[in-house]
Amino acid sequence: MVTAHIRTRNLNLYFAQNHVLHNITMSIHTHKITAMIGPSGCGKSSLLRCFNRMNDLIPSARVEGSIYLNDEDIYSSKANVPQIRTKVGMVFQKPNPFPKSIYNNVAYGPKIQGKISKSEINDIVEKSLQGAWLWDEVKDRLHSPAMALSGGQQQRLCIARALANGPAILLLDEPTSALDPQSTAKIEELCLALKDQVTILIVTHNIAQAGRISDYIAFMYLGDLVEFGESSEVFTVPKDPRTEAYLTGVFG
Amino acid sequence: MNLRKIYSVSGRFSMSLLFIFTTLMLFIFLGSIFSKGYKVLSWEFISAAPRAGMTEGGIFPAIVGTFWLTLISMLIALPLGILCAIYLYSYGKPLWFVNAVKLSINTLAGIPSIIYGLFGMAIFVNMLSLDVSLISGALTLSVLALPLIINTAEEALQSVPKDFSEASIALGAQKSTTIIRVLLPSALPNILTGAIISIGRVAGETAPIMFTAATFYSRKLPASLGDEVMALPYHIFALMTEGSKADKQEPIAYGSALVLLTMVLGISFFAIAIRYRMRRNKQW
Repeated sequence: MVTAHIRTRNLNLYFAQNHVLHNITMSIHTHKITAMIGPSGCGKSSLLRCFNRMNDLIPSARVEGSIYLNDEDIYSSKANVPQIRTKVGMVFQKPNPFPKSIYNNVAYGPKIQGKISKSEINDIVEKSLQGAWLWDEVKDRLHSPAMALSGGQQQRLCIARALANGPAILLLDEPTSALDPQSTAKIEELCLALKDQVTILIVTHNIAQAGRISDYIAFMYLGDLVEFGESSEVFTVPKDPRTEAYLTGVFG
Repeated sequence: MNLRKIYSVSGRFSMSLLFIFTTLMLFIFLGSIFSKGYKVLSWEFISAAPRAGMTEGGIFPAIVGTFWLTLISMLIALPLGILCAIYLYSYGKPLWFVNAVKLSINTLAGIPSIIYGLFGMAIFVNMLSLDVSLISGALTLSVLALPLIINTAEEALQSVPKDFSEASIALGAQKSTTIIRVLLPSALPNILTGAIISIGRVAGETAPIMFTAATFYSRKLPASLGDEVMALPYHIFALMTEGSKADKQEPIAYGSALVLLTMVLGISFFAIAIRYRMRRNKQW
């Protein structure tokens, strides 16, 4: 598994005239879980979507500054965007498996990369499903529709689908907000198990969840990165009064 | 007396009345076609060519003609229409241009079919010198079907949840890969609905083929794209407006109508069955 160092420098994001992210400079620690927290509309999801250039899909979006993935600027004009997205996987808020079979969902990434044999794909599918703790539940029905799985299973399938590309980084955009507590707990444990393979960035509304799983916290407010540090420190002795106010529930 | 209750009861009553009226009209329609046409139905009627100035024999050449006209026009219009819809949905830029194209398509959809017939005669028959032929008729019919297919295909693409495309892009797929592997397969059942409707429309049209493809009487089947063909709707039209033995021609016209109706319904049911199979796997 490849490791990748990822950092942003003076990152600014605009949606038309709207200045959404202000001069974000941060370094993500490899093989750690970094949780991005903050009130609604603070820009945490928009920031997450900068790391795999998903904001490119929004016509009015404009990015200034840089994000370096192993010293390669993913916003340079020479960047191979689809290839970057295979290294930086993403899991969305609402489980969004394709209306295909379980097998074809996981095999999608490797298949579109082209030249790869059937047995290799079979291996990748099995490993990815095992990696996402779904293998035992679905190994007897790999070719049944993914839409028939439960919400929690669907979300783990989406994680498996992202893992099949062999990413160095996994972006999770509020991955448990549509799930029940049991499925949520399972995904959280899974994140902890996965950080040996991938660097995880997770956006969450749930401060307790950030506390349970994250090594680092990035607190965002109104488009600014207010505070970034080890979770234990941010939670116990926040440096910024806004962080403290948010964590203690004064607003949010 | 409670006014609200009166409203409620009379509202429900008038709605059921309207429902019964509509259904009744449909049954009267089907019943009258059937009762006037079924007497002439026989194996000979659907397998033989017309004889004795169309007062005897069958309508086989017209069935074959309508079949080929519909098939060929669909083979032209479906790929073109779907590609156009994909362009409008995924690539079309800038917005004013897309909107102008959509406006023209909607305008085209409202043009009377006889105008398509004149257009087909001017362009395909005369300008491109394709003469009155199967291919001229099929091309004219495909132009007629295009707006319908483009509109339904575009709606079908729009009804696919954005999540699917997003997931595909996030996995490193190119836009074109996403369209081919995710967007189109998901939209296909609804695209098929558009195709079904346009098949019904194309098979039943008379005006566009009158000047471009149809012949009044032909004993032989079309052997190439350049041949004139008989077609069911035009055959019915001819039986009711020409010839001198109205009492013999009219039942044949109704029999032909019955066959045309059955063909269109048959194709529709076939397509609906395929669509049902496709939809079973999709729950969103």
